[in-house]
Amino acid sequence: MKTLLAQLKGLDTLTADAMGGLVVDLQPIPGDVPVVQVSIEDRQELPIYITCSDAQMLCLCYLWADDEVLPERRMELLQTLLDLNPSVPLSSFGRVGDRYVLLGALGRDARVEDIAKEVAVLSDNALDALSALSEYLK
Amino acid sequence: MSVIKKVMTLLHGSVREIGESVVDANATHIYEQEILDARHSVAQARDELAGVMARQMQSTRQIERLQGDIERYEALVIEALDKAQEALAEEVAAKVGAIEQELQAQTRAHAACAAQVARLKELIRSAEARIREHEREIGVAKTTESVYRATRSISENISQGGSRLVSARESLERIRQRHEDLADRMTAAEQLQQAFGDDALDQKLAAAGIGDEAKRQQRVMDRIRARRAQGAQGTPGSDPAPADD
Repeated sequence: MKTLLAQLKGLDTLTADAMGGLVVDLQPIPGDVPVVQVSIEDRQELPIYITCSDAQMLCLCYLWADDEVLPERRMELLQTLLDLNPSVPLSSFGRVGDRYVLLGALGRDARVEDIAKEVAVLSDNALDALSALSEYLK
Repeated sequence: MSVIKKVMTLLHGSVREIGESVVDANATHIYEQEILDARHSVAQARDELAGVMARQMQSTRQIERLQGDIERYEALVIEALDKAQEALAEEVAAKVGAIEQELQAQTRAHAACAAQVARLKELIRSAEARIREHEREIGVAKTTESVYRATRSISENISQGGSRLVSARESLERIRQRHEDLADRMTAAEQLQQAFGDDALDQKLAAAGIGDEAKRQQRVMDRIRARRAQGAQGTPGSDPAPADD
């Protein structure tokens, strides 16, 4: 099986193309699982992280942490996220530990073109979601 | 226990441990071995199934042939009886009996094949189900594990870099601010372009003696002359004009 970095070769250029020429930067994150950070110009605060297991390729965008949610509106937020899940194209909401994420999954052998498309859509969805759901945040 | 239930139990426990403990390496190894074994037995069962089904088809043909023989010989028995050939009829009847025995054996073999086909199909179905279940189990476990471990790597990387995770609201504000700045800059640039563009054009027109600018001096002179003429008419005594006018 190809290493994650080898599989992502050319992802920066392809994602940049998909996003109308924004500068896209890839950076491997050290650790015991392969993780690559994708930074997109003008959206540096919302990087996309790509990681993989034997079975899947996962693109993650961390949205906010539990302690940022307005406590009195938490239940409403959770329901809204579940309601939104089927409608958000290619991405789903989730939680990892205490952090809310938007994530997209691809097959482990996904083509770099498809990963680029996924990253672009995930970034747009994340920005949109953050903007739309900020009313639930402190 | 279902794999989703297992993950739920783990998630309700300590998140810190998830990276290591969703599925221990040993269990994964066992599952992977079981998948291999199950695949092997599926392949074997499929081979065997093909053989048994071939035998079943052969015995079907055999049964049809024997049934045909019985009909044919029974007709011959009748024919022999009609011709009062009792001894011959007995002989043919014995033949029919022998064929009937063979038919019974063949029918039993056919039934045995059918039972074996059913058994093999069931075996393949259950082995496939086992493979799917283990693959799903490993998939869910490994994915959960890599998500949590990746999150830990990312958090560590961010804190090691001396920076901290900015809050979502702050991130959104910054992104918005940048977008507004960009939009403002673009508007300003457009306005500047327009202003400079207009000025430049006006200057060219004036130089060519066209437009408001070019006629401004002329209009001023005209206005002053008109006022002067009006002043002269209003006060006749002070008219400085010569007498012959």
